[in-house]
Amino acid sequence: MATWFARGRTSMVGRLLGKFWKHSRTGAGLAVWAGILIVLAILFMAIFAPWIAPFDPNTKVANPETPPGGPFPMGTDRSGQDVLSRIIWGARVPLAIVGVSTILSLSIGLPLGLLSGFKGGRLDRLLVLIMDSVYAFPGLLLAITIAAIIGPGIANISVAIAVVYAPTYFRVIRNHVSSVKQQSYVEAATALGVPRGGVISRYILPTVSQNIPVIFSINAADAILTEAGLTFLGLGLPPGIPDWGFDISLNWQRFDYSWWATFYPGLFILILATALTFVGEGLNDILNPLLRKRAAPVAGGT
Amino acid sequence: MSALLEVHDLSVTFETEAGRVHAIHHVDLELPRGTTLGLVGESGCGKSTLGRAILRILAENGAMTGRVVFDGRDLSEMKEKELRTIRGRNMAMIFQDPATRLNPLMRIRDHFFDTLRSHEPNIETEQVLQRSRRVLADVRVPPDRLGMYPHELSGGMRQRIMIALSLLFHPTLLIADEPTTSLDVIIEAQILDLLRDLMSRYDMAVLLITHNLGLVAQFADRVAVMYAGEIIEEADTVPLFQVPKHPYTQGLLRSVIDLETNHLYSVPGSPPDLLGEPKGCPFLPRCGFAMEICKTVDPTPRSVGAEGRRVACHLLQEA
Amino acid sequence: MITRLLLLIPMLLILLTFTFLLLRVAPGDPVRTIFREGTPESVIDRVKRELGLYDPLYIQYFTYLRDIFTGNMGTSIVTSKPVFQEVSDRMPATLELTFASMIVASLMGIGLGVLAGTRRDRPADFGVRLFAALAYNIPIFWLGLILKLVFAVNLGWFPVSGRFSPRLTPPPTVTGLYTIDSLIAGNLVDLADAVDHLILPALTLGTVLAAFFARITRVNVIQMMNSDFVEAARARGITRMSVFYRHAFKNALVPVVTTMGLSFALLFSGAILTETVFSFEGMGRYVFYAISYRDYPAIQGAVVYYGIIMLIISLLIDIVNAYIDPRIRY
Repeated sequence: MATWFARGRTSMVGRLLGKFWKHSRTGAGLAVWAGILIVLAILFMAIFAPWIAPFDPNTKVANPETPPGGPFPMGTDRSGQDVLSRIIWGARVPLAIVGVSTILSLSIGLPLGLLSGFKGGRLDRLLVLIMDSVYAFPGLLLAITIAAIIGPGIANISVAIAVVYAPTYFRVIRNHVSSVKQQSYVEAATALGVPRGGVISRYILPTVSQNIPVIFSINAADAILTEAGLTFLGLGLPPGIPDWGFDISLNWQRFDYSWWATFYPGLFILILATALTFVGEGLNDILNPLLRKRAAPVAGGT
Repeated sequence: MSALLEVHDLSVTFETEAGRVHAIHHVDLELPRGTTLGLVGESGCGKSTLGRAILRILAENGAMTGRVVFDGRDLSEMKEKELRTIRGRNMAMIFQDPATRLNPLMRIRDHFFDTLRSHEPNIETEQVLQRSRRVLADVRVPPDRLGMYPHELSGGMRQRIMIALSLLFHPTLLIADEPTTSLDVIIEAQILDLLRDLMSRYDMAVLLITHNLGLVAQFADRVAVMYAGEIIEEADTVPLFQVPKHPYTQGLLRSVIDLETNHLYSVPGSPPDLLGEPKGCPFLPRCGFAMEICKTVDPTPRSVGAEGRRVACHLLQEA
Repeated sequence: MITRLLLLIPMLLILLTFTFLLLRVAPGDPVRTIFREGTPESVIDRVKRELGLYDPLYIQYFTYLRDIFTGNMGTSIVTSKPVFQEVSDRMPATLELTFASMIVASLMGIGLGVLAGTRRDRPADFGVRLFAALAYNIPIFWLGLILKLVFAVNLGWFPVSGRFSPRLTPPPTVTGLYTIDSLIAGNLVDLADAVDHLILPALTLGTVLAAFFARITRVNVIQMMNSDFVEAARARGITRMSVFYRHAFKNALVPVVTTMGLSFALLFSGAILTETVFSFEGMGRYVFYAISYRDYPAIQGAVVYYGIIMLIISLLIDIVNAYIDPRIRY
């Protein structure tokens, strides 16, 4: 079955899975596996929070700033809330925001990138100029600006983050489409009379969409950090909603007295972002090998 | 007098993602002083790898067994430090693609400084310039090019400079790996003229690696034909071209195009995958004269006839 | 090179326009919020009129642009001080932090990248790659807090916050960067103090950037070591040192330098967080306050300043690139 996938006899999703399966025992493959597992674990944690968390995250359950131990493996924070429970519940907001913002980013960046890369000309130049300007702007700053303007809330933060990362999707896709478009086989297809829509969907889209999981993972990792930065600065969330970055903002000034309340949320941000990076970069190594060890000098070498 | 270069039972393998590739399989070669040996074969046959193996500059995933004896010294036992003193000095190599063979960030004169100082660390600036100008004159490059960067020069010019760099220490052996393949015809002719001139003046032995049979016919004293990592025929040039004995050589010569060709001939099939241990004769799938024994026993090159010809073919194993 | 620079001007304009529109169309009334409850409407009205907030949008836009290009960035709604003054006071702090971080990141990143690239697939390589993956994904503020806790609070090796010790007087202002100004004034005590305060913040910000540089350096070193001209150099018997430094390393550095220019945006974002954790009064913090209080003139001033710095940095990077790579000198 693996070879059936790998021979590309199925759709592009099949091909993707096939390549992945073939490499799953290499370093890159292992990284992807590890990353996926961790992300799924955190996702699981977020979804089943009400059943997993030992305490209610918003209720004071003990003296504030109790050190880790006993019923509170991660101690309590300044308000006497159980850090572990807040960690478990706190996974929801970042995941939700990253999920929503990615969908938004993709729905802007992907079609525009395809259009721009394929059509070229003035439209392309204009779009590239706009996207590059947004891209050049410091991400966190842009997110802060938008969040400050459109107000707090999970939906709004998602929009802010979506705007920040849309140009990344746009650029990568546009550049890829642009270079694929110039390949001989695309020229040949057009010369043979394949209509534009067909060219895009059958020739360009499959190659380009291979990159999407990669950009997605890497962007997602970045988005987690940006979201954490936003909430750390105190922007965007109404009080009472557990969120890792937000929890840090509440407790960091007491870091020297109750390090656990700040340490654990940050640790989880690190873990989630790293896991996503592993997935993205692992996939990248598999799909776009830049540095494969010298390939067999069979054909083409002298 | 022993030959300048002797290769004994050389094998080279590469570890790749797909497995172990056997690029060169038990090759024996001899190159007497001052002569030219043409090493021909199609893409992927291992001839370039052989050049690099002799110089011992294989890629990191390559491994070599067998012996290479140069000027009486066994290179296979030498440490890297010692090898480095031989490279570029007694033995030099020029490559196929001059465009990418020079450091884009260094001026031409810096290339000369680098090379000269690597072998003679205490050489003075004035001496470096003198010697550089001298070799440049030999390759007919005006000395003003010294101040320029590689990207400012044409392909032909760059190739000459590469040749000049290899001549700095009057090597006794020059390995030329497809020296004119990426140049256009007119430049190619100039470079070939130049090479001819240099070969006689510097009295170098040359290992000419190419897929261009015409080149070999012009320049080489002897020819070795490689296929799938093995030498399948070796002879003096004229006899080889006149009476090719190995089926592959015959096919090769038939596929050369000249003004009188009426139809295109090419050897049917394609070269084998070099992955995995070779079994039997590598040419078997494409050979019109295949026999039972060819399937299991890989023929080794054996003397055939009188004029120092060796052929690796079961067909010709008359005692 | 000229075209690249010229392109920066429309980019700057877009930035400014974007800021302008965003602020003008945003909900919320900034003027109202700075006054107490019960302030007569006429007062609020008058302030708004003075700020030109009742003029048609396009007039506001052109006034905005005109003001910026004549250096008048208006007065901060919140502090009533000229924005130009406030930004000028704070920008040097951020510049100092940025440069220090860049130095840390370059040394760490390039060093690790070279280590990994030359020992490919050996333990050092894996170690560096693991470090890079973690360092890149670490929340900057969390890293800062940890460094602060360990090295400043617990070990006492470095000051906990601020740019300068309150017991000393800062050097006379020439550039605004305490380190440079101390050098100019020949005051080594001040210099040591300024550097002392810079170390932890620069380490925080620099480490994250170092991860980025390490990765790029590593990839490029590997590619260069496998390149054709390196092979040709080895065939000429060039010494291993020379092969590495003159040939592989220098060429590998070229794309890294370009990346340095592009990472300025990342540094600025990170500066906001770092400045917060270390109470470093710079532009990062200022912008944050400005946005939170909807201080339009302050925000605009900050964006303009940022845009200009961006232009200058791009120019510098292009000059450095042309210096290093002869192929792009025309």
